[in-house]
Amino acid sequence: MTNATTTVTQEETAGQSQGRLILKRFVTNKASMVSLVLLVAIWVFAISAIGIGPIPGWWHHDYRTPSASIVEGGRPTVSLIPEWLGGAGIYLGEHPFGQNRIGVDYFAQTMRGVQNSFVVIVLLAGVATVLGTVIGAVAGYYRGWVDAVLMRMTDVFIVIPSIVVGAVVGAMTGGLGVQYLAIFLGLVAWMGIARLVRAEFLSLREREFVEAARVAGASDARIIFKHILPNAMGVVIVAASLIAAAAIILEASLSFLGYGILPPDTSLGLQVSQNQSAFATRPWLFWFPAFFIVVPALLINFIGDGLRDAFDPRQKRFSIRRTKELPENAEQRS
Amino acid sequence: MLSFIVRRILASILTLLVASFIMYVLTAYSDNPLKDLQASNAPNAQLLIGQRIERLDLDVPPPLRWFGWLAGAAGCLTPFTPCDLGTDLNYTPVTQLLPNAAASTVRLVAASTILAIIFGIITGIVSALRQYSAFDLGMTFVSFFLYSLPSFLAAVLLKEFVALGFNNWLSSGDSSIGLIPTLIIALVIGVIMQALVAGSNRKRLITFAIAAAATVGMLYYLDAVDWFQQPGLGAVGLLLLIGGIVFGATAIMAGLNNRRALIGAAIAGVLSYASYFALQGLFDISTVWTIGILGLATLAVCFVVGWILGGNDRGQVIRVTMVVGLLSSLLVVADRYLQAWPAYISSPRINNRPIATVGEQTVGLSGDMWIMGLDTFTHFLLPTISLTLISFAGYTRYARAGLLEVMNQDYIRTARAKGLSERVVITRHAFRNMLIPITTIVAADIGVLLGGALITERVFAISGMGALFAVSLDRVDVNPVMGYFLVIAITAILFNFLADLSYALLDPRVRVK
Repeated sequence: MTNATTTVTQEETAGQSQGRLILKRFVTNKASMVSLVLLVAIWVFAISAIGIGPIPGWWHHDYRTPSASIVEGGRPTVSLIPEWLGGAGIYLGEHPFGQNRIGVDYFAQTMRGVQNSFVVIVLLAGVATVLGTVIGAVAGYYRGWVDAVLMRMTDVFIVIPSIVVGAVVGAMTGGLGVQYLAIFLGLVAWMGIARLVRAEFLSLREREFVEAARVAGASDARIIFKHILPNAMGVVIVAASLIAAAAIILEASLSFLGYGILPPDTSLGLQVSQNQSAFATRPWLFWFPAFFIVVPALLINFIGDGLRDAFDPRQKRFSIRRTKELPENAEQRS
Repeated sequence: MLSFIVRRILASILTLLVASFIMYVLTAYSDNPLKDLQASNAPNAQLLIGQRIERLDLDVPPPLRWFGWLAGAAGCLTPFTPCDLGTDLNYTPVTQLLPNAAASTVRLVAASTILAIIFGIITGIVSALRQYSAFDLGMTFVSFFLYSLPSFLAAVLLKEFVALGFNNWLSSGDSSIGLIPTLIIALVIGVIMQALVAGSNRKRLITFAIAAAATVGMLYYLDAVDWFQQPGLGAVGLLLLIGGIVFGATAIMAGLNNRRALIGAAIAGVLSYASYFALQGLFDISTVWTIGILGLATLAVCFVVGWILGGNDRGQVIRVTMVVGLLSSLLVVADRYLQAWPAYISSPRINNRPIATVGEQTVGLSGDMWIMGLDTFTHFLLPTISLTLISFAGYTRYARAGLLEVMNQDYIRTARAKGLSERVVITRHAFRNMLIPITTIVAADIGVLLGGALITERVFAISGMGALFAVSLDRVDVNPVMGYFLVIAITAILFNFLADLSYALLDPRVRVK
């Protein structure tokens, strides 16, 4: 009897960890969850279509070699209007996204572009996040001359606009392949995250739990990575999502300018650049890559917004009309 | 304060030095500067290679060559020493290349920054005041979309749809709007207006009806007078618009109850309206300088009028009067530009296709200041829009978040509690405090915009600094790249510095140390 009561009370009052609360807030945010599912779907679809390295994908055309024949003048063969609506029925056809001027299957090219932009996002955002977090954490934790040196270094990189340094780095590494381009770009994209993490560390390092850890004999590295960093994770994750969205745009822009991914490999930005003059005659060569640049970036932005709300729900709680009409409500909310 | 400024300047110079070193070495190692000559089969290729190596010191490794560049560049910072930024591969001094290129870029970036600030802040404020309304959600989506839209895509789309569409429509001869587009435009404007009003359904429905009807009437009128071929505000249109400015500006800045401000604004409006009739003859022979002097004179007159009428709240009345005077006289000038429109579009070089997609001006076009002004306008319209879109989205989000943050503060509640009207609470207490963080963001954004101009200039074939950079980087032409880098780096540092200073000036809680 007593035993059962205790369990019930325990269940009722069982605290939820901060991480669980955040996860719950994120999962209940419809826009972000839908975006996340769609984004993963697009990436899985694109990567499995082309295959990874030596593993072939399920799509039967290659993104480099022209097909033997040009079907329907290179127009997209995909049809989405069913017959009972007066259309031609739902089918993909030989070249669903059409073919480019020399007859290369455009579906394969676009999917290869999506795959490349995925590689850029993961590597660029990964490198930039790790580097920025470590630099910001060290600067904020040690303060003093370490902070001064690291922050001046950050200033140096901020002074050069990312597109400019990206162009130079791209011109140096463009021929090496997408992985090198992404990693080098990551090496020059960490400044924003470093500043945010530093600011967070400057305030967190004064808190009692840091003192407690130090009294318990924890080393500096342990305090930084085991005690303070988990508390600063919100800032890091949100900033990483913003970098990921910016990475799509940066890669596309660089490839558009001719400094990013170079032929025979392909990129969405490169496809837009190659085909913008054919806009009037073959608009699909423009629309498909444009769609796959904008939509993933948009989805990542929505996910980032959901993450921000999940980590910092305070921002959402204000309504001017509510404060005006029901002051006591505003009191509770703020 | 002084020691803060001195230390900041020293730190900035150090930053600039290190950044320029990195940039120099990266550029120099990006490729082979002799590749064009080595690939050429001209008989004197070897000679040219030797000449280039000797004149540009290409046999010195880049990290050492940087010192030579630095010695020349240091001359630019101190007076009385020659400014030497080196030469490009054709031995043209960079100091000759830069000013021309910079002029286009500065015009582009300045115009888009100002537009993005104005529209971004206005949209952000309205979004925040109507939080979670249809307008707010719509703007949130639009700003996310613009975040995700690379500027080259926006530029290509603008070229294909806005420029081609408008030009085709105008040159087709039948430039009437048509029934369906009229209805669509009216519907869109009605929906936007009702979302802005936000209130009971009845109020919104009425607003929607009025806005849509007014739009239909307006478009019908424009059609009837063939406005797009022969645009102009005319005496009546100008009267209505200036009247709107007088009441609108007074209502927002001082409240219509403030009689002195209303009278001051009305006088400024009447003066501008009178100048419309008085100055047409002068306009025909005027230059940019004439307009500038007239503008200053307008401001001076408005200042005096505001001063005389001032009363207890002199500063406010002066502000209202000057804003009304400035906006109204801008309308008068805009009307004069519109008067030049028929002559502009019918000129054989333009041939009824005014919106340009490449270049900075129409080759071979000549005319007075108004024609050339229109020409610049039509060439810079699309690049400016595409560049504005980059920062507009960000500013909207920051302005919205900033105002929401401020509206949550206790002093806003205090202001309301002491009975101030909502207008005063927003414009005097909330708006000003909201601007503080925005200044920092705007200043930090200048660098991004200058970088963004690189893409815009490429798409619209404008030979600005971005084009200079791109061409030089392709040829591994280090000196022009460094010239470009110097200009944008110094601008970025300067604006960051100004941001910090203005932050300290605007917000007394911030102490610089």
